[in-house]
Amino acid sequence: MNVVGNSIVYCVIALAIIVFSVLSVTSGKILRAATYLLFTLFSTAALYFHLGYEFLGAVQIAVYAGGILVLFVFSILLTSKPGNNAERLTSKRKTLGLIAAVAGAAVCTYALFSYFSSEVVTLFSTANTVTVEKIGEALLGTEKFQYLLPFEAISVLLLACIIGGVTIARKR
Amino acid sequence: MDLTLLYYLVPSIIMFACGVYGFITRKNLIAILISLELMLNSIDINFVVFNRFLFPGQMEGMFFALFAIAIAAAETALAIAIVINIFRVAKSVDVQNLTKMKF
Amino acid sequence: MDLSLSIITIFLPLLTFFVLGLLGMKMPKKTAGLIGTASMLVTTIVAYGVALNYFFNPDFMVGGVREAQLVFNETWLTMGENLKVSMGILVDPISAMMLIVISTISLMVHLYSLGYMHGEKGFQRYYAFLSLFTFSMLGLVVATNIFQMFIFFEMVGVSSYLLIGFYYQKHSAIAASKKAFIVTRFADLGFLIGIMLLAYYCDTFDFQTLMSNPGAIVGSSAGVTFLGCSAASWAMALIFIGGAGKSAMFPLHIWLPDAMEGPTPVSALIHAATMVVAGVFLVARMFPVYLATPEVLELITATGAVTALYAAIVACVQTDIKRVLAFSTISQIAFMFTALGVARPELHEGVGYMASMFHLFTHAMFKGLLFLCAGAIIHMVHSNEMDQMGNLRKYMPITHITFLIACLAIAGIPPFAGFFSKDEILVAAYENSTLWGVWMSVVAGLTAFYMFRLYYRIFWWSKPDYSHHTPHDCEWVMTLPLILLAVVSCLAGFIPFGHFVTWNGENYDIHLNWTVAGTSIAIALVGILVATVLYRKENSVPDRMADSVKGLYKAAYRRFYMDELYQFVTHKIIFGIICKSIAWFDHVIVDGTMNMLAHMTNNASYAIRKLQSGSIQFYVWVYFIGALLLGVVTFMLLI
Repeated sequence: MNVVGNSIVYCVIALAIIVFSVLSVTSGKILRAATYLLFTLFSTAALYFHLGYEFLGAVQIAVYAGGILVLFVFSILLTSKPGNNAERLTSKRKTLGLIAAVAGAAVCTYALFSYFSSEVVTLFSTANTVTVEKIGEALLGTEKFQYLLPFEAISVLLLACIIGGVTIARKR
Repeated sequence: MDLTLLYYLVPSIIMFACGVYGFITRKNLIAILISLELMLNSIDINFVVFNRFLFPGQMEGMFFALFAIAIAAAETALAIAIVINIFRVAKSVDVQNLTKMKF
Repeated sequence: MDLSLSIITIFLPLLTFFVLGLLGMKMPKKTAGLIGTASMLVTTIVAYGVALNYFFNPDFMVGGVREAQLVFNETWLTMGENLKVSMGILVDPISAMMLIVISTISLMVHLYSLGYMHGEKGFQRYYAFLSLFTFSMLGLVVATNIFQMFIFFEMVGVSSYLLIGFYYQKHSAIAASKKAFIVTRFADLGFLIGIMLLAYYCDTFDFQTLMSNPGAIVGSSAGVTFLGCSAASWAMALIFIGGAGKSAMFPLHIWLPDAMEGPTPVSALIHAATMVVAGVFLVARMFPVYLATPEVLELITATGAVTALYAAIVACVQTDIKRVLAFSTISQIAFMFTALGVARPELHEGVGYMASMFHLFTHAMFKGLLFLCAGAIIHMVHSNEMDQMGNLRKYMPITHITFLIACLAIAGIPPFAGFFSKDEILVAAYENSTLWGVWMSVVAGLTAFYMFRLYYRIFWWSKPDYSHHTPHDCEWVMTLPLILLAVVSCLAGFIPFGHFVTWNGENYDIHLNWTVAGTSIAIALVGILVATVLYRKENSVPDRMADSVKGLYKAAYRRFYMDELYQFVTHKIIFGIICKSIAWFDHVIVDGTMNMLAHMTNNASYAIRKLQSGSIQFYVWVYFIGALLLGVVTFMLLI
């Protein structure tokens, strides 16, 4: 893929991420916010593809967009009364949130720029060769930089979450 | 256009700031959770980007993102279960109405 | 009887105390009284056996000196290499004599109380306390070291407190018991400090070690002075203060008249015959050491003489018969102290010491008798006031005769006991200086006067209306002790006391000094005569005399305002000024600081309470901003 094409793809993805993020936190309707979140997650997955992490992008779509978002939508439908889900923010809260967001963004940006402005490594000067085979070996190996134990721990955690979620949410 | 590290980090920062803003201003518990997901997602991007640009031959950042996604899924499932339970008890998911356990 | 049996005299009363104290309420009153009396009888027999064996067994005379016998001495507390507190029994002339005195009077009181306290609520408790007192007092006199003595000193104080407050529903009895306890306890503080000084300089508590080298404290504390007096003098003076408190010497006498709130037999036992002479006994016990500090002996003499005169004057005007006797007791104990104070080995072979102990012995007998008689009278008349009595000789002949004997004895008329002992005291006083001799003779005359005033007011004077209840002599358990003690009061004077008790254990033959004896008899007769003229028949002369010197009479009647003075000092000065200011400091400064801290915390909490809103979003905001600030700070530090 050539440089110009990549740059265009990047611009599209970055723009999508920014726009959908902002929309998802400012949208008045909760269901719309969830939809914008879905688009943000898709954009993120696209970013992963763009960076060459196909497997991660696939996981992002499958788990986040496919799993979590469905949960969100279900819970929204369960808990919202129709027509009464508009945001009613006090202006004071809004100011506080804006301050925090802007200040955080400013500080982080400043820090990043002062540290990485001299960075010359670009997307094209480095190669990325992550194959699913390597990922599978790393996930099920016990050597250095291999992750069998966290993998199993995550599986147990998920099981615990399933049981916990069922226990908490079930009707008594 | 030289697509360096910073190009990828700036959208991540904005996404994170949006998450913070949403977390503080939203009243609906589910909306707060959505903001939380935004923040988590931006952090995932950071891990991947750092991995891609600073340690190109390795996969640690990617794996961290992978596990983070799995844990986010677990966390969300549990949180939503709690939210639903709260809704049953309080008939509302508005944080400002949830004052039952206040002093 | 073997000396080691003396342990029985200590532990039998203790056992009785426990039995009566723990099980007394389970048994009938009469049983409890009989158990107490029977145990006391055994104790008395053993005590007599031990004492007589000690006095008459020639084994204990070594080279003409009666040796002290250490029967038991077990180490109880080890305080230092040489400094040990032991518990044991020391039998020597004075402790053997005290064994006799205490057990005799105690037995009489036990017997008498069977009648006197008949039907009282708490009869068993009364006997339990009597046993406790007897145990403590016997333990005191046989103490082998000064620390053991101190412990038993406190214990007699406690039993005295318990017995004075026996009628604990009576407000005045409670006040009196507290007063007695606090005043004597205050004096014992001096005693304790004295013991510490003594132990510090001599490195021993043991009497025999102290006696074998009486100058040790003077030698070891040489050069150490405080307020111009040597440490040795301070130590001995402080020990004397302890004794003075217990023996009600001026100005610590204020508790004794009030202590008459207790049952009358208790007054006879504790506040006339035994406990109040503990101070005299203490000084006598330490006498060789006191000889090394003659200035303290001067202090003792002066205290004794002042107290004797003061108490005698006050006794002349009191109307409560028990109070008259109480002041008479104070006066007589002061006689004993004076005798000890004027005693010097070089003066007439230290006759003062012997005279003091002799007077202690005889006084215990006739004062006990007087109190028991007073008890019998009060039992019949149901009042302590003289005005309610009169002409009782017709109704209570036995009491009358025994009371008369006791009065003659205390007034110093031969051949009754008091004459001999008081005569020896006067001899000792004259030997020391004419001033004290004359002084004590005057007091002796006053003694005769107030005792016969009391006698005539009770048994002669006018006849109040007894129609509702005719007094008569009491039952035999009450009259028997009177008769026995009267017999002793008649005969005790003929005991060759000098053969038994002298300051150094050597024999001393009493020679009556007829110059002194004649004078004292004459003075006593004058006192009796004046009392007879004034009080034999009801008349208004005493009242008119009182009116003519109204101020003096009133002052004496109010005991020269000593109680008021104490009241003023404690309430106005100590409580009012010192304590108030300390309390102010405590309330305002100490408490105030703490309150201010509490208020500040409270207010600060109220101020920041709003932060704890329960809104998780606000918490996150604060957390986020804080993290950012930290990041900024770190960043600036790194750059």
